[in-house]
Amino acid sequence: MSSEKNKPTVQTTGHAWDGDIQEFNNPLPNWWLWTFYATAIFAIVYWFLYPAWPVGDSYTKGMMNEITYTTSDGKTTTTHWNTRALFLKEMQDAREAQAEFLKEINASTFEQIASDEEKSAFAYSMAKVVFADNCAACHQTGGNGVIGFYPNLLDDAWLWGGSFSKIQESIANGRNGSMPAFKGRLTEKQTSDVTDYILSLSGSAVDKSAAKRGKAVFTNAGGCVACHGADGKGKESFGAANLTDKIWTIADVTGADTLEAKKAVVMSVVKNGKTRQMPAWKDRLSATEIKMLTLYVHKLSASQ
Amino acid sequence: MPEVLFQERIEIFPRSVKGRYRSIKTGILLLAYSVYFLLPWLRWTREVGPEQAVLFDLDGRRFYIFDLVVYAQDIFWLAGLLLIGAFLLFFVTGLAGRVFCGYFCFQTLWTDVFVFIERLVQGERNARIKLSQSDWTNEKIIKIGTTHFLWLLVALLTGLSFTLYWGNAPDLIVQIFTGKAPFAAYATTLFLAMTTYVMAGMAREQVCTYMCPYARFQAVMFDSDTLIVAYDEKRGEREKGRLKPAKGLMTSAERDNAEVGDCIDCGYCVQVCPTGIDIRNGMQYQCTSCALCIDACNKIMTSIKFPTGLIKYSSQHELEGKATKRFNVKNIGYAISLLATIILLVWSVATRSDLEMLVRQIRQPLSVTLSDGRVQNRYDIKINNKTSRPYTYRIRIEGLKNVELDMGKFSEIHVAAEHSVKLIAKVRMSPADVSKSNTRFNFVINSIGSKIKQKVIQKNVFYIPEKQLIYKDNGK
Repeated sequence: MSSEKNKPTVQTTGHAWDGDIQEFNNPLPNWWLWTFYATAIFAIVYWFLYPAWPVGDSYTKGMMNEITYTTSDGKTTTTHWNTRALFLKEMQDAREAQAEFLKEINASTFEQIASDEEKSAFAYSMAKVVFADNCAACHQTGGNGVIGFYPNLLDDAWLWGGSFSKIQESIANGRNGSMPAFKGRLTEKQTSDVTDYILSLSGSAVDKSAAKRGKAVFTNAGGCVACHGADGKGKESFGAANLTDKIWTIADVTGADTLEAKKAVVMSVVKNGKTRQMPAWKDRLSATEIKMLTLYVHKLSASQ
Repeated sequence: MPEVLFQERIEIFPRSVKGRYRSIKTGILLLAYSVYFLLPWLRWTREVGPEQAVLFDLDGRRFYIFDLVVYAQDIFWLAGLLLIGAFLLFFVTGLAGRVFCGYFCFQTLWTDVFVFIERLVQGERNARIKLSQSDWTNEKIIKIGTTHFLWLLVALLTGLSFTLYWGNAPDLIVQIFTGKAPFAAYATTLFLAMTTYVMAGMAREQVCTYMCPYARFQAVMFDSDTLIVAYDEKRGEREKGRLKPAKGLMTSAERDNAEVGDCIDCGYCVQVCPTGIDIRNGMQYQCTSCALCIDACNKIMTSIKFPTGLIKYSSQHELEGKATKRFNVKNIGYAISLLATIILLVWSVATRSDLEMLVRQIRQPLSVTLSDGRVQNRYDIKINNKTSRPYTYRIRIEGLKNVELDMGKFSEIHVAAEHSVKLIAKVRMSPADVSKSNTRFNFVINSIGSKIKQKVIQKNVFYIPEKQLIYKDNGK
């Protein structure tokens, strides 16, 4: 193998330095060269078809690459290829795909939508996003609310009514809930007695004689019956809570461990009152969105 | 002379041969081609879905294979299929050598067809060699041009047929020729046509010798008992080597007496070899075990009335005069693995539930107290009907007492063929009926009113806050 004639001869560039230092000529492989030429041709074609070169404070727009799209406010634009236009076009396509369903939602009654698997699934998915954007700030993502502030939408009790039309009304026009403060109007003793009575309504083991005295305060001195009703079940027209069930929306009775603790949280509400406001959404959301939200909230709740 | 990095290809002009193995190869070729080219056109009746027997619908995320519909979630079957392919290759190679290479590999099949076209247009080996060395006359241009034109035609047809598996063939073919097919259809067709043309027309045996990994690692599975295409060197060479037939050396017995080999050095075995090797030099990595040299040698041996089998399927042990032990531990191991994988895949395909129910507890919040003091948990349920007929289902709960299941208006759930439905189940229980915070139970879904009964059970948990349990104890 070491013999001279078996050594491969190598092409040189012909340059020689210091007499005998030569430069090898190792040409690029042909496949590499042709790939390189192909990329160059590709780039030139690209310049003609797509936005490419800056010219002054503008740029070349490319040929045969028009995109036409309509935005949600009905404006139609035709422009050269760009990713923003592609995105708006995609949004337009998505809106058109949704439009078919939205048309059906608009044309159907609540009952029709609720008893159709596909329609109700569409309304639910769409409203879930609307809920997360607009309602979840107060009512929480899951709809469980915050006790003392924002009602829990998952249980089966409604302050303002749980029918489709009532829920729609609550969302569209908003609600103003007000429990007046009885500090100063009732004595400490009267407040304590009426609290015992309120807790007895939902089955807590309270002092029976105190509850009896409290009932008198509830009916006469306090005038609680005006809003909560003679049976304590509340009135939807005032948004007054039902005091006979196990659900508490302002005083956290469920979370209290002892009877004393329960009494303390209820007394605080009687003394200080509570004002809550649900804003009106009819100017901020479309009728269809409110309709779908109504279905969503109705579906969240445990009431049938 | 510039330095060369690899040897320039020596063009191979395989001569044609007729014989037993050629017939087997032709048979396999015809079968493979008919399946490959005709399968997309086979129609099939389904209650729902396309009319094509085999259709890989990427848009719909479904593979239709006769009566089997494969969904995206069945992707692990692909792993099973690949495992079977691997074990089958190991087993067959261990037992009988490169059978896949010689008889079944698409490179072998398509090269065979391309060589056939070449022979049809340009003639037999000698004519082709002459043509390739001649100057560019009109005749040469026409012959070479026709060959390449026919190659391109076959290549294009190959690419087109592949594409037809991914769409409804009668529609897609019209779309392709009217310019309305999707870009992917054209890209696939042209790409495969190009690779077919290059690989089967130009690269040929170089694919096997330089590119194919299987060709190289199959040697690892060989042992001394593996079937190989081999030249019987003892008989072919004897003491004095090969010799042309001459006076006094016309029969095998005469040659044996004169200690001359039975090989008459006609060179037919070398001429028919598609990879251009001489099998008489022993086993070589280029050999794809196509067995055409066996056909060639047998033909010559028969014509000069020598016993056949100078080149034959043999094993290293057989050549050394020892007994061949086909089923050794390795091959039996491969066979068992292969059988186990096949059984596993068939079992998985056969027992796949056509009904799928996924239940996920809604965790935000986990529970809510109702006006009557009961606690409610909610569950997202997704029901997937994989059959080609609509079904009605009913869901119930197992393992909780005095429980209420509220499915809204959907006490009976209708799911269209190959559709899925999402529902919310509300489960309500009194704290009095629950002894711990997390109670395990099952959702059971049954099909109703259909001949084929379907049932799926899904485990889940019912949650009650600790505080509400304590409250119950205090209340006593």
